[in-house]
Amino acid sequence: MSDYLVQFNNISKFFGKVIALKDVTMKLKKGEIMCLLGDNGAGKSTLIKTLAGVHRPDEGEIIVEGKKTIFDSPKDALDMGIATVYQDLALVSLMSVTRNFFMGREPMKGPPFFKTFDIEKANKIAAERMGQIGIDVRDPSQAVGTMSGGERQCLAISRAIYFGAKVLVLDEPTSALGVHQASVVLKYIVKAASQGLAVILITHNVHHAYPVGNSFTVLNRGKSLGTYEKKDISREKLLSMMAGGEELNKLEVELLEMNRSSAD
Amino acid sequence: MSTKSKSIETKTDFNQDERLKKVSKLRLLLNRPELGALGGAILVFIFFGIVAGDTGMFSAYGVLNFLDVSANLGIIAIAAAMLMIGGEFDLSIGSMIGFAGICIAIPAIYWGWPLWMSIIFAFSMAVLVGYFNGILVVRTGLPSFIVTLAMLFILRGATLAITRLITGRTQVPGLRVLIEDDPLAWIFATDTFKWVFTWLGSMDLIALRTDGTPLATGIPPSVIWFIALAIITTWILMKTRYGNWIFASGGDKNGANNVGVPVGRVKISLFIGTAVAATIFATIQVLDAGSADTMRGTLKELEAIAAAVVGGCLLTGGYGSAIGAAFGALIFGTVSMGIFYTDVDTDWFKVFLGAMMLIAVIFNNYIRRKVTESK
Repeated sequence: MSDYLVQFNNISKFFGKVIALKDVTMKLKKGEIMCLLGDNGAGKSTLIKTLAGVHRPDEGEIIVEGKKTIFDSPKDALDMGIATVYQDLALVSLMSVTRNFFMGREPMKGPPFFKTFDIEKANKIAAERMGQIGIDVRDPSQAVGTMSGGERQCLAISRAIYFGAKVLVLDEPTSALGVHQASVVLKYIVKAASQGLAVILITHNVHHAYPVGNSFTVLNRGKSLGTYEKKDISREKLLSMMAGGEELNKLEVELLEMNRSSAD
Repeated sequence: MSTKSKSIETKTDFNQDERLKKVSKLRLLLNRPELGALGGAILVFIFFGIVAGDTGMFSAYGVLNFLDVSANLGIIAIAAAMLMIGGEFDLSIGSMIGFAGICIAIPAIYWGWPLWMSIIFAFSMAVLVGYFNGILVVRTGLPSFIVTLAMLFILRGATLAITRLITGRTQVPGLRVLIEDDPLAWIFATDTFKWVFTWLGSMDLIALRTDGTPLATGIPPSVIWFIALAIITTWILMKTRYGNWIFASGGDKNGANNVGVPVGRVKISLFIGTAVAATIFATIQVLDAGSADTMRGTLKELEAIAAAVVGGCLLTGGYGSAIGAAFGALIFGTVSMGIFYTDVDTDWFKVFLGAMMLIAVIFNNYIRRKVTESK
């Protein structure tokens, strides 16, 4: 028995001849935030879908709370407490906060065969939950469309936690947000981790990842470049490890040379 | 999901966003999808109250007359609205009306079935047609506009061809004699609350025929069906899990799927709903007229969609209300009958219908922007 909440060991995924993922290993303890960094095309989406149970890994094993498991469907992953919040958030902007919060999992009341959606209870819970993360929903029946991007992200995360997530997989939760909004979301993620959840934060933004992450896994062209504890790696090192880093250095050199030649 | 998480108690230590402003009650009211149709209906009544107040339009007979027309349209408009909220269209409603009428009349007249069996047969066919529409849309991912447009032609053509093949004509009369003593037909063919009208007549409060019976004999079955459907569907939308799924399926198919809403099943059931509503419409009309006509219901699908749109449904799905569609139908029904009581040529009705719909769409579009705008 290990004290890891969830382990993904040597996960590989092939699509025909294409190697989408090769030997990716991630281990998370309770309360830990692991940041998965990678540029576009690094295999982040494939990895997310593997974690979420959409894809079945071709090699490797998934161990949840010490038990080896196989996810046959997204529902399996959910039932094991691994909740994925995708970039589209699965929120309907024309529907109310409450209706979104409980979409597909509505609380019911009443006798059998005459069960109705307990909207009062749902309103109460939704308002309470949003209040806990500092979002004052004046009226939980207001449309989600009126909320800011950060608030929506928090709503989606809060919903996943409410419905029993132990491991949160967050797909680019800050990518579409401004600085202030992003910091609100990141604060909430830290808060969630401090309450005992394990968080896998997928992002290409090192500046967002570095302050909140406990460990960092860098993905490049389907392979893991290793996992580092925060104390073992600097922000600059992380940046340059991502494919972009090296190339930006090259670009800098090239630009310098161009400047020099045009100055001649 | 097995258990709710041990609640993550986090005290609010994020700053409350000081830029959030309180929303006024009026704004909340404006966010209701049926508001436009309700206002429109009130305006229409005020208008005819002034223009035709003393013409008999608002006598018991006149009121039942325009209520009957509104109710017939309302029955299919409500079903069309539910489907639109679920994100799809059904253009085959009108053809389904004609088809259902034939499904009742031919077995009853030519094959000697009891009327109740023919009615059940028609409803079974409706479930099949709706299921077929739904499964095609869900499985192929094609726009329902195209799929049901094809069904519009297929059903109308089949209705005409089958009827002429079996009867040699395009109309099937002779149903009226079968209604009496039928254990099922009365649900679609009985005027209710007759005693109220008899009593009102005896009190000289409403107009009487020369033989002393009241001119308006009772509430027509269409009105009862219409009110019942409006209440049931509104209840479904607002108070049930299935209602939430309808909004979710229309609002964001993928998102709804991701959180476990059975989008495909929801949509198929809504297609069955429109076909069944068309059959209710057809049954009432066929029994009332005593005959089925292959052309019955032509263009009704567009009127139903127009009423749904006036009632606040968005063409993109995920937003709208059943009660709004009911008000939309009431507007159309009232104007189409009320226009007879004015000096205006009835030819202008379609102009009004079109203009009304255009205004409604512009208004709804504006509302939707208000609702979804990030502040």
